[in-house]
Amino acid sequence: MRKVELKEITKTYDGKIDVLSSIDVTIEPGEFFVLVGPSGCGKSTMLRMIAGLESITSGELALDGKRANALPPSERDLSMVFQNYALYPHLTVEQNITFGLHVKKISKKEQKVRCEEVCEMLGLTPYMKRKPKELSGGQRQRVALARAVVTEAPLCLMDEPLSNLDAKLRAKMRSEIRQLQRKLGLTMIYVTHDQTEAMTMADRMMILSNGRVQQIGRPLDVYNHPDNLFVASFIGSPPMNLIEAEVSDSMLTADGHWVMPIPNEKKWLLREDKVMLGIRPEHIKLAKESEPGFFVQVANVEVLGTETLVTFDFGEKSQWVAKWSGQYDILPGTKLRITVDNKHYAFFSVKNGKRLDRSPIPAAVKKVSS
Amino acid sequence: MTMAQEVRASDEKKLRKREWSNFLTGILFLLPSLLLFGVFLFYPMVRTVYLSLFLTSSQGVPIVFVGWDNFFALFQSTSFQLSAKATALFVLYTVPASVLLATALAVLANQKLKGIGLFRTMFSATMGMSVAASSVIWMFLFNPSIGLFNRILAALNIPGIQWLLDPQYALLSVSIATIWMNTGFAFLILLGGLQNIDSSLYESAKIAGVSDACQLRKITLPMLSPTLFFVTTVTLINAFQTFGQIDLLTKGGPMESTNVIVYSIYKDAFINYNVGSASAQAVLLFAAVLIVTVIQFKIGERKVHYQ
Amino acid sequence: MSTGKRILLYITLTVSGLVMVFPILYAFLISFMQGGELLQGSFWPESFSLVNYAAAFERVPLLMYLWNSLLVSVLIMAGQLILCSLAAFAFVFIEFRGREWIFYLFISTMMIPWEATMVPNFQTVQSLGWLNSYAGLSIPFFAMAFGTFLLRQQFKTIPKELYEASQIAGISKLRFFTGVVLPVAKTTMTTLAIYSFLTAWNMYLWPLLVTNNEANRTVQIGLKQMQTQEIASDWGVVMAGVMIVILPTLILLFAGQKRLQEGLTQGALK
Repeated sequence: MRKVELKEITKTYDGKIDVLSSIDVTIEPGEFFVLVGPSGCGKSTMLRMIAGLESITSGELALDGKRANALPPSERDLSMVFQNYALYPHLTVEQNITFGLHVKKISKKEQKVRCEEVCEMLGLTPYMKRKPKELSGGQRQRVALARAVVTEAPLCLMDEPLSNLDAKLRAKMRSEIRQLQRKLGLTMIYVTHDQTEAMTMADRMMILSNGRVQQIGRPLDVYNHPDNLFVASFIGSPPMNLIEAEVSDSMLTADGHWVMPIPNEKKWLLREDKVMLGIRPEHIKLAKESEPGFFVQVANVEVLGTETLVTFDFGEKSQWVAKWSGQYDILPGTKLRITVDNKHYAFFSVKNGKRLDRSPIPAAVKKVSS
Repeated sequence: MTMAQEVRASDEKKLRKREWSNFLTGILFLLPSLLLFGVFLFYPMVRTVYLSLFLTSSQGVPIVFVGWDNFFALFQSTSFQLSAKATALFVLYTVPASVLLATALAVLANQKLKGIGLFRTMFSATMGMSVAASSVIWMFLFNPSIGLFNRILAALNIPGIQWLLDPQYALLSVSIATIWMNTGFAFLILLGGLQNIDSSLYESAKIAGVSDACQLRKITLPMLSPTLFFVTTVTLINAFQTFGQIDLLTKGGPMESTNVIVYSIYKDAFINYNVGSASAQAVLLFAAVLIVTVIQFKIGERKVHYQ
Repeated sequence: MSTGKRILLYITLTVSGLVMVFPILYAFLISFMQGGELLQGSFWPESFSLVNYAAAFERVPLLMYLWNSLLVSVLIMAGQLILCSLAAFAFVFIEFRGREWIFYLFISTMMIPWEATMVPNFQTVQSLGWLNSYAGLSIPFFAMAFGTFLLRQQFKTIPKELYEASQIAGISKLRFFTGVVLPVAKTTMTTLAIYSFLTAWNMYLWPLLVTNNEANRTVQIGLKQMQTQEIASDWGVVMAGVMIVILPTLILLFAGQKRLQEGLTQGALK
C-alpha cells in the first residue's frame, strides 16, 4: 500500500502551454483512484509523471511522504500496465511475466513460484508456454496484469488497460481488476477516457479537462453534484440534458417554453439573466394528470430491455433524452406530457460553467447492509 | 538557501547526473561507428583536400604547398578533360537507361500471375553478380572474334566491331554492360515500391473504369515517385564511382575514351604516383557528387509525391 | 484479365527474362565447353564435364580465394550488424543532448563518395600495417550509414511502451538491447546481413588496392587474375571460375530476394 501525493504539479513542454496545471491531490493507500477525461486532457501525462517516464516541470510528487520528483522509474517500486500491454513478442507468457525480476534480486526458484502463483490467480496456467501472438486479447490483457502483479509492487498504474477489448470482455475485466486490487490491497491509479469505467471502478475519481482538474470525488458524489458543466456533460450516460434558460420575474423560460417558477429557496437565481439548466435523463418523468408539465414530441425511442431511452424535441433547437426503467412502446411523433421535479434541476453559470447552486441535490443512493 | 530551494537543487543534480549518464551511454553505443567514420571517412576526406594542395612524393608524402596549382593543372590537361567528358557521358548513357529498364521490368513483374516469382528472380539476378564476374562475362560477349555480338553482326552480314578497342564504341559498350549490372538492384527496389502502393487505389480506379495506361500514369508513377527518386539518386552516385568494369574491360582506354574519374584517380595515385593530382581529382569527384545530390534533393522535394 | 492479354504478358515476361539472364546462362554453358567448341560458335556444350572447373582450381588457388572472400564477407557482415544496430539503438532509445547533431553527421557520410577517400585510406591502412590482412580488408567498412538508417526505421516500429515497461522494471539499456530489441528486429537484421554479405563478397576496388599476395586475395581479384592470365585462350576455364564466384551470392539472393526487396524499400523510403 502506498500513499501518493501530488502538490501543485505542473507540466509544460515548451514553457508556454501547460499540459497540466496545478494538480493537487492525495491518493490514499489502498485506494482505487481513477483519472478520467477526454483524450488529450493530460491524464496519461499525469500517470507517466507518477511513473517517472515524464519529468515534472514544477510542484512536488511524494511517495509515502518522500519527495520522488527525481527518482528513476525503477526506484519508485511501482508496476504499470500499458494500453497496448507492452508484452515482449518474442518471449513466452512465463518469460514475459518473469522478465526483469532478476533485477530485483529474486532467485530463479522464487521467480518460478511467484509466476505460477500469479498465473493460477489469473487463469493463465494453461498458456504459460505460449507467445503473446498466440493469445486472445483478453489473455494478453491478463498477462499484462500478471506482469504487474508478480513484482509485488504496492502501487500499480494502469493506462487505459481495457480500451483494446470488446465491450463484453471489458465489463468482465473491470470487475476482475477491481477484485484483484482489493485482494492484494494495491494502491491503484487507473487512467481511462470511459466514464463508465470510472463510475464503476473508482473509490474516488479525478475528472481532467485541458490539463486542469475539474472535480475530485467519489463517483456518486460527482454524478449527483457535478461541479461544472464539463463534469455534468462528461459523467453519465446518456449525458445530462442541458439547456440555456432565461431568468425573468421569478420564472425560468427556455426556448420559449415555460420551465419552472423560481421558488423562494432559489431566489439567488434572480441575480443572473441567463443560466444553464441541467437535468439527468432519469429525472424526466411522464406527467400525471394532476401534475404540471409540458408537451413534447418524441423523435426517437431506444428500448434497451431493462430501460428505455426516449429522445424528444425540446423547443426549436434542442433535443433531450429521458431514461425510464422498463419497456415502453412509443412511436416517434407521439406527443407526450412530461414533468421534472424542481429539486432535480442543476444550475450552471453561463459565463464560466460553474455550478450555481452548491446545496446538494438529494441523493438517490439506497444503502443495503448485510 | 531555503529548504525548498535545497530540495529542488538536489533534484536537479540528480536529473543532471541521469542526463549525463544517458549521454555517456548514447555516445558509447555510437562510438564504434563514429570512430570508424572518423578514421576511414572524415579524416581521409580532409586529408584528401589537404593533399590536393601539395606536390607529393611518390609515396604520397606532401612536399611543397602549391595552393590551387593541382587544380589549374587538371583543368588545362587534356587527359582530365577527356576523363570528365567520359564520366559525364557514362552517367548520361547509364542512369536514365538503367532506371527506365528497371521500371519497365518492375511494372511488368508487378502482376498477379502464376509463376511470377520465377520472372522476378530472373530480373533481380544481376544484383547477386559481382562487378568482376559480370565484366568477365561481358568481355566475352564483346570479344571481336568469338563474342556474341560480332557473331550476330556476322550472321546479318555486317562487318564486326571492335567493341572495346574502338574509341567510338568502347564507352558505349561499357555502358551497356553497366546498365545490365545496375538493373537487378534497381528492379528489386522499384518492385518493392510498387508493392507498397495501396491496392485499393487500383480497385477504385477499376470500378471507375479507368484504363490500364491511365492507371499507370495517374496512379502508379506518381505513387512510385519517391522510390524512383531514390533509385535515380543511388544509380547516379554509383555511376560517378564506377571502377571495376573499366579496370577489367578497357583499363581506361582506348585513347582514354573510358578513363572515368575514379579510374583516373586510381591510375594517378597508384600507377603514376601523382597523389597530389589524384587528390585534386578526388576533391572534384566529391564536389560533383555533392552538387548532384543537393540538386536531386532540391528537385525531389518539389516534384516527388510522398505519401 | 483476358486470356489474350495474359498470353501477351507471359510472352513479354519470358522474352525480357531470357534477355536479362542470358549472359549468366551463356557463361554457365561456356563453362562446360572446350576451346574448339567455342571457336565453332556452339551454344550448347557437347558434354557437361567438370574439366574446366577442375582446371580453374588448378590454375589459381581458387579455394584459398574463396576462403578469404568468405572470411572477409562474414567479418564485414558481423561488424556492420553490430555497429549499425548499436548506433540505431542509440538513435531510437537513448535520448541525450547532441543526438540530432550526430544523426546529421551520419547522414552526411552518405554524401562522401568512398572512392574519393581511397588514397589516404590506403595510406592509413599501410601505416597500420594492415596491407594484405583481413583487418585491412574488412574493418574500414564496419560503419555504415545506410544499415544504421534501415535498423533505425525498424527499431522505431517497436512500441515505446516496451522500453518504458523495461525502465519501470529496472532493466538496463544494454540488456533491453540484447534481450528485446535484437530478437524483435530479427527479420530486418537478416535482411541487412544478406545485403552486407552480398556487397562485401562483390567488393572489387579495395581488395585490389590492399592485397598483393595470394594468401589474402579475395575471389573477385582472383577472377581478374584468371582473366589476365588466360586472356581469351581458355574461356571455358574462366567461365567456370565466374560460376564458382557467383554461386554463393546468387543462392543468397534467390533465398532472400523477397526479404531484401521489402527491407531495402523500407530503408530507402522512410
